[in-house]
Amino acid sequence: MTVTYGEEARERVGFFTDTSLCIGCKACEVACKEWNAVPEDGLDFMGLSMDNTGGLGADTWRHVAFVEQRVQLEDVEGLRWLMSSDVCKHCTHAACLDVCPTGSLFRTEFGTVVVQEDICNGCGYCVPACPFGVLDKREEDGRVWKCTLCYDRLRDDQEPACAKACPTDSIQFGPLEVLRVHAKGRVEELHERGQDGARLYLDSPDDGVGGAGAFFLLLDEPEVYGLPPDPVDCTRDLGESWRAAGAAAVTLAAVVAGAVLVGRRFA
Amino acid sequence: MSDPQAAISQMGGRGRHQGRDGAMVPAATPDSYYGRPVLTAPVWTWEIAAYFFTGGLAGASATLAAGAGLTGNATLARRAWPVALAGAAVSPVLLISDLGRPERFLRMLRVFKPTSPMSVGTWVLSAFATATGLATGWQLLGVPPAAVGVPAAAVAALTGPVVSTYTAVLIAQTAVPAWHDARRELPFVFAGSSLASAGGAVAALTPVEAAAPARAMAVAGAAVEVAAATVMTRRLDPRVRAAYEAPSTGPFHQAARACTLGGAALLAAAGRRSRTATVAGGLALCAGSALERWAVYKAGRVSADDPAQTVGPQRDRRGRPRSSESSRAPSPSPHSAARSTTSPRRSS
Repeated sequence: MTVTYGEEARERVGFFTDTSLCIGCKACEVACKEWNAVPEDGLDFMGLSMDNTGGLGADTWRHVAFVEQRVQLEDVEGLRWLMSSDVCKHCTHAACLDVCPTGSLFRTEFGTVVVQEDICNGCGYCVPACPFGVLDKREEDGRVWKCTLCYDRLRDDQEPACAKACPTDSIQFGPLEVLRVHAKGRVEELHERGQDGARLYLDSPDDGVGGAGAFFLLLDEPEVYGLPPDPVDCTRDLGESWRAAGAAAVTLAAVVAGAVLVGRRFA
Repeated sequence: MSDPQAAISQMGGRGRHQGRDGAMVPAATPDSYYGRPVLTAPVWTWEIAAYFFTGGLAGASATLAAGAGLTGNATLARRAWPVALAGAAVSPVLLISDLGRPERFLRMLRVFKPTSPMSVGTWVLSAFATATGLATGWQLLGVPPAAVGVPAAAVAALTGPVVSTYTAVLIAQTAVPAWHDARRELPFVFAGSSLASAGGAVAALTPVEAAAPARAMAVAGAAVEVAAATVMTRRLDPRVRAAYEAPSTGPFHQAARACTLGGAALLAAAGRRSRTATVAGGLALCAGSALERWAVYKAGRVSADDPAQTVGPQRDRRGRPRSSESSRAPSPSPHSAARSTTSPRRSS
């Protein structure tokens, strides 16, 4: 993070979403919409197991995914039902923040990523930049909206609405370092119980987004939940892209130079 | 059917979403979440694809105009500057109208942010458009005087190639596989496309005796554009290449190539003698350039909408096997899960 808040800096906070505890009640979706006055975005019946929300967007900042899986248990066939509450990851290396040309997206003193709606002019660059497909433009409004990690509640020392509403504490909020320690312990506990598929997602600072302010405990591969297996902040390749453009620009100028010089002989 | 239970379950199944085995829930595949996209497709509209074309044409035309002026080809320069200005004037209109809040367009100039190609590009475009306006006024009207016009022409000539290529960086710096994975070639596609369209347009407007540099530039640009596009698609992962071959992109890609090659051939073969051939060739080159930008723009949407393009290469990067079978042996405990995923059988 390049922002320096000096004395205003606060300990970095975030979410640890332990999906092994999720019961799919969607209290997080409701609480988020109520607290942030997020508009209704479709009373659809998609029938994707119990998922009728579909995915994250401008008007859905918490999305509960449901995945039904057949499980072979010795001589009997059973069912495993994966449930996970997805959210903006508030990445350490946030592509959305890097590409925003107006400075609307910024890093708060809590280490979260927030859109300043009085500045956003709806250029839409952040939308395809996010490797998780979190952001989207709100249709009639024209601006981009996403999870704020309840920035207003944080400043009043309250936890975000979704974490407050979660009945099983699947969504845990707190200082990121504390959450990471707890998460490691939780994974070990699950492994001891035979849940070999349990793994952390986006906890490591070595991944493509530098670890995230909202990381997860998943029970299967990320793509099963609709999450990218190896997300990367595209800014990592910024130098390479500009160098290619530089070479192309030089080529363009050289072709023009050659053309005017060669063409002189035919004038 | 005499069995009421079977009749009811059949009635319930009809007209609703049916998975395998008559189940009510579509099968969740291990490669995606119900086939839903991982990324969010760009919300940019046709104006952005059009801007790639007009900005590219403007940038290359300004460079040509300055070069023509420097080499004493005043006839060519006086045609190339207005072309550059036309492109530079239309471009901001296109960009502003694409914004979700167009009235806030000046927010683009709140900051200068090197990590954002759009921020860098906005500033470069602003400098380019201003310089091009001043240089064109100086060349065609004598206003402003040379003391302003000459440096303005230099600024336009230097920023022109940047305007023509930075848009490739802009789209490459996203998570969209069809754009990001092509980041080394897209700038050359855009540079060649700009050269071809600018050369063609300016040649069409210039008497044939003075148009030789424009023709040469157009033919060379066409070669660069086609070669770079070929290399680009060849180098892509086959799953990502599919974005350029999809029904909504492939035809435009091919039409672009045909127009570009045809236009270049016309200019090379008959441009020196025939103004008609030059005009036709110029139009074809512009059409080819515009179609190529459209194909690239559409490929981005196709690529973002296809979860396989995001998931597949990322899984390979992580060294995970492609098959849906787990590399981890399931533990004997009843709580562990195998990876096979099919929807549950309904109890009847």
